[in-house]
Amino acid sequence: MKSLESQLRGLRDAGRKALVPYFMGGLTPDWTRHVEAAVHAGADAVEIGVPFSDPMMDGVVIQGAALRALAAGTTLDSICADLERLSTSVPLVAMTYYNVFLHYGLERSAGKLQASGISGAIVPDLTIEEADGWRAACRDHDVATVFLVAPSTPPDRIRLIGAATEGFAYASARMAVTGGSSGEGAGERVVRQVRDVSTVPTYIGIGIGTPDQARAAALVSDGVIVGSALVQVILDGGGASEVEGFVRSFREAIDGPRA
Amino acid sequence: MSSPDSRGRFGNFGGRFVPEALMPACLELESAFVEAWNDPTFVDEYQRVLREFAGRPTPVTHLERLSERLGINLYAKREDLAHTGSHKINNVIGQTLLTQRMGKHRVIAETGAGQHGVATATAAARLGLECTVYMGEVDTVRQSLNVFRMELLGATVVPVTAGSRTLKDAVNEAMREWVACVDDTHYCLGSVMGPHPFPWMVREFQSIIGREALGQMRDLGVDPPDLVVACVGGGSNAAGIFAGFANSSARLVGIEAAGGAAVAGGSPGVLHGMQSLLIQDEFGQIEEAHSISAGLDYPGIGPEHAHLAEIGRAEYHPIGDEDVLDALALLSEMEGIIPALESAHAVAWIAREAGHGIPKGSSVLLNLSGRGDKDVAQVRAMLRGES
Repeated sequence: MKSLESQLRGLRDAGRKALVPYFMGGLTPDWTRHVEAAVHAGADAVEIGVPFSDPMMDGVVIQGAALRALAAGTTLDSICADLERLSTSVPLVAMTYYNVFLHYGLERSAGKLQASGISGAIVPDLTIEEADGWRAACRDHDVATVFLVAPSTPPDRIRLIGAATEGFAYASARMAVTGGSSGEGAGERVVRQVRDVSTVPTYIGIGIGTPDQARAAALVSDGVIVGSALVQVILDGGGASEVEGFVRSFREAIDGPRA
Repeated sequence: MSSPDSRGRFGNFGGRFVPEALMPACLELESAFVEAWNDPTFVDEYQRVLREFAGRPTPVTHLERLSERLGINLYAKREDLAHTGSHKINNVIGQTLLTQRMGKHRVIAETGAGQHGVATATAAARLGLECTVYMGEVDTVRQSLNVFRMELLGATVVPVTAGSRTLKDAVNEAMREWVACVDDTHYCLGSVMGPHPFPWMVREFQSIIGREALGQMRDLGVDPPDLVVACVGGGSNAAGIFAGFANSSARLVGIEAAGGAAVAGGSPGVLHGMQSLLIQDEFGQIEEAHSISAGLDYPGIGPEHAHLAEIGRAEYHPIGDEDVLDALALLSEMEGIIPALESAHAVAWIAREAGHGIPKGSSVLLNLSGRGDKDVAQVRAMLRGES
């Protein structure tokens, strides 16, 4: 079992709902301080976006962040170099599109992630059918591959994805790209379907934009992922203290009133 | 040309690289297409509509004066005479009939020059399907008349302001929108690109060009022509005409815009759901294509073309903007046909290579993929030095 998964299973066993904020690597020169602020405020793991020019699964907020990071010269290498100044004990998970890894070299990417303290990867345009090469490249590196499950995913595919995903299963609450927060959301059903076929921790993302939404999602899952709403804070000029306040508000909502 | 393998691969290219949310739709589309394409009732209806509504078969014209000038025997397959002014109608008739068959009532589409958008709006209107077209903001300006045409046809045109605001970003936006409305909406992709089954399905719907042309050239006693030449953005008109001649001895030649030459200047990568050849930087970031013609302003090429290039069955050459206006004028003045800027790329290569890369006396079949009406305002401005 990859270390990401043992850590996240351990979290669940300890009865803690995971809070996983997303940051776009290289969005600001001091972006790693935002990560530290989030961890200080109670994040259990952090997703780090590696910007791609054509982010098909992302809404306007993360698209804008990706373009800004790219304009600042951000690359996989620069993000990994920045991570050297990050001191945190929580797991880091990279999120990017397949072409970034493919172009860098699959084996080389996996080695680079591991060497930089990144223990998982979410590649939203890499379907289980196309993932053999990437998974083989990760075999000798301690990098877990996290797959998404969507509200449209039929039971037979959920079974395959539940067996393939490592670390956690990313349950998309909505038929939407990142930042899409309209509509009811099907997170609870998706989580239930994953739990029917797998014991992997299951986190809800896509459309978790407010502490209330996070609280509701955490009640029916093992954790929540918050991306666009947080990235918007930084795009609006927020610094480490704003990030800390934002993440803390989600933490408190998820943990609920103290007994 | 052969069918892709079960994962949608043509050799090393193709496949399916999409958000999980779209996988069920891709699988559903694949089985619906396979079923429909093997159903004589569907195929008959598709052919009937192309005949009675779209004006097929399109003729082959012997371009006599230009042939004499160039020292070759040049023929044009006249897709410019198809309804809506280009080959794009062939694909959208097929896909909208399939949309109806799948029980969906809405289509979305991307468009560059507007040809595919106009064709989709047309085919959707004919069947009473709702239609939304995503078009890069830059292209809505370059092709504002086509925006109006789509609106006249009852479609909604959404300008895309992300990224380079051209075709590549229109595809991204259509894919994103498809995630949100996949239950009742079909994504009517306009070229031989995207995730499986699109590259294969669109080629099949366009292969009527090649099948017709093969018979027409036989009737003209040219069996087969020495060369078959077509412009390539994503590559649907080229795939359509190549399909008729892939098993012959004809040289298959695709002409890319120099500013978007995925074969000459690209490398393998994954974009828009497919593995293919792409223009990208050293970090795998997709670069913006730059072409005089919005329809060729695409940094990739369909995966089957990448495969045909890799195995050497087809060759691909770039043509720069500067040669395209001359070619457009040449065909207009000598043959009375104003070609689309896209098609003029193929004309430019033929004019340049006649007597060089094309031996004197060769028979050459040009796929004249579209007519130039949409481009005349832009061409006028360029000839006057206004842009």
